[in-house]
Amino acid sequence: MNRGAVATAAGYLGTRLGQALIALWGVTTAVFFALRLSGDPARLLAPQGATAADIARLRGQLGLDVSVWHQYLNFLDGLLHGDLGYSYVQHQPALGLIAQRVPYTIDLALSALFLSVVFGVGAGMVMALNRGRWPERVLMPVVLVGQAMPAFWTGILLILLFSVTFRILPSTGYGGITSLILPAVTLASLSAATVARITRGAVLEQLGRDYVRTARSKGAGTARLVVRHLARNVSVPILTVLALEVANLLGGSVVTELIFAWPGLGQLTVQSVDGRDFPLVQAIVILAALVYIVVNLVTDLAYAFLDPRISTLGKAAGT
Amino acid sequence: MAAVTTAPDTAAAPARTGDTVLDVRDLRVSFGPGLDAVDGLTLTARRGETVAVVGESGCGKTLSALALSGLLPESATVTGSAVLDGDQLVGRSERQWRALRGAKVSMIFQDAATALNPLMSVGAQIEEVMAIHGTHGRAARRARAVELLTSVGVPDAAVRARSHPHQLSGGMRQRVMIAIALAGSPDLVVADEPTTALDVTVQAQVLALLRESTRDAAVIFITHDMGVVAEIADRVVVMYAGSVVESGPLDEVLERPHHPYTAALLASVPDPDAPLAGELPTIPGRVPPLGERAEGCPFRDRCPKAREKCGQRPPLAAITPGGSAAACWYPENTAAAEDGRTADEEGTP
Repeated sequence: MNRGAVATAAGYLGTRLGQALIALWGVTTAVFFALRLSGDPARLLAPQGATAADIARLRGQLGLDVSVWHQYLNFLDGLLHGDLGYSYVQHQPALGLIAQRVPYTIDLALSALFLSVVFGVGAGMVMALNRGRWPERVLMPVVLVGQAMPAFWTGILLILLFSVTFRILPSTGYGGITSLILPAVTLASLSAATVARITRGAVLEQLGRDYVRTARSKGAGTARLVVRHLARNVSVPILTVLALEVANLLGGSVVTELIFAWPGLGQLTVQSVDGRDFPLVQAIVILAALVYIVVNLVTDLAYAFLDPRISTLGKAAGT
Repeated sequence: MAAVTTAPDTAAAPARTGDTVLDVRDLRVSFGPGLDAVDGLTLTARRGETVAVVGESGCGKTLSALALSGLLPESATVTGSAVLDGDQLVGRSERQWRALRGAKVSMIFQDAATALNPLMSVGAQIEEVMAIHGTHGRAARRARAVELLTSVGVPDAAVRARSHPHQLSGGMRQRVMIAIALAGSPDLVVADEPTTALDVTVQAQVLALLRESTRDAAVIFITHDMGVVAEIADRVVVMYAGSVVESGPLDEVLERPHHPYTAALLASVPDPDAPLAGELPTIPGRVPPLGERAEGCPFRDRCPKAREKCGQRPPLAAITPGGSAAACWYPENTAAAEDGRTADEEGTP
């Protein structure tokens, strides 16, 4: 690596980080104002039979008695100091509440991502390499069903089968690896199906490329073709869809966590929106946006690593 | 008919070339009843010899090439016979093909920009042939790949071996393709329009390289360009609508074409020595598409000399003692041979 290449790479990263900051600011601002349109949390928090004066006092305590612009400036000021505010309902720092839940959601999302990659990429490869033969005819309907079933339906069916009928897996709550299986499968089924279809399409597209014919003209068999030639060439489109799926897994976990009473971020999100717990909702949205931005940045860097042509384009654009 | 069609190829044996490496007889590639894309290809190639297969697009040249390396789509059926060094190529299973491809028969494709894996270094793509066919040791393979790159005229080969295809020029990429084709020391190299995608100057360099580097192999060179044929071929096979209409030694075919199609192809090549005079002649009409081929001579509809007899299909028959053969009832340039042929073969359908 020469100095010029390092400089352009640093410039590229700097640009991307700047874009990320702007995106983050945009998201937080949008959420801040959208929440203010959703109603008055003081009314919701005040005990039954509270007078107008009680509610006004509560509003003052929450910092909601000043103008929206003033609130916004206070919020930004806190944000710059790393202070995301206190939960209205639970009277604890929003960040701390989130931190308690994050490990559970990560467990669930990573397990689901793992299942999606293994089964999605595997099924997609098998379907593409056996186009028109029985493995594809068997797998394709499974994939379509997986993609057509929403999480709340898959989850309930799985509970009925494995918890109620066979009684081999717990239906709700968190208690070690066995309790992770059903939620992870539920969460993964949709994204595994998507990954399988994208993989199948990508592999079929690559199989039609001239370089595949060249590899075969060298005497390469299917195994070598897949491992040495196709794997890397299909990794870019698969990575693209996986990056989107990470976001979907985080979003989809809201429903899945509710079905299985999983003590993760999804539950907390629903609770906080329900209670108009502005600081908590804001903190969760900022975290989600941050994850999304980081995943996208990492994906872009991975493209450049996987496909040398992309890094050349990046350099050309940077200079 | 088989005896008649194969006679010229086996009869003409120039002493300067080696043993017969490839013997193709009446090869057919079919996509269904009446859909014979290659309709009787007959040719032989000796070690060190380059046989050019010429014709317009849609004549079955590329399908013939793919049939010789077992790379046809599954929907194609191959019949006839093609013997490479004692191995029958027709009817091999995919597994049986794998042992031959790369080691005994290799291919050079038209567009190296797409025929090379974009995400693999060119050195690794050359090494792969050796890895498949049993050269053990990574270091040995790597050294041999650099050696091959040097021999095909890639400067700074050790460094270039680590490059990816997009970092090389078109000419360099085609040199890499040639190195890949040579890596397994094959007996037969099938080159499908290997210089069509290149600039004219680069084209001349690559042709010279091909001629030099394939002395130990037989080369089937697919092209539509008569100029390229003159550069590279020892013998020429002219295909039209899936079948061979003329074959013979280079000089004879270029100087005295016997089939009207060959004559028309040659007439449409500009002559650098002649002054420009109006438009270049073209062949009216087009190659009949698959499924629309009529009975009789396939060139009949476009042939200026077609007569009633052309409703019957002419066999590929020997015309000169030099080894030229043409599938035409009324061959041209046959001052000496014409009487004999028309008298002898009038009755043979």
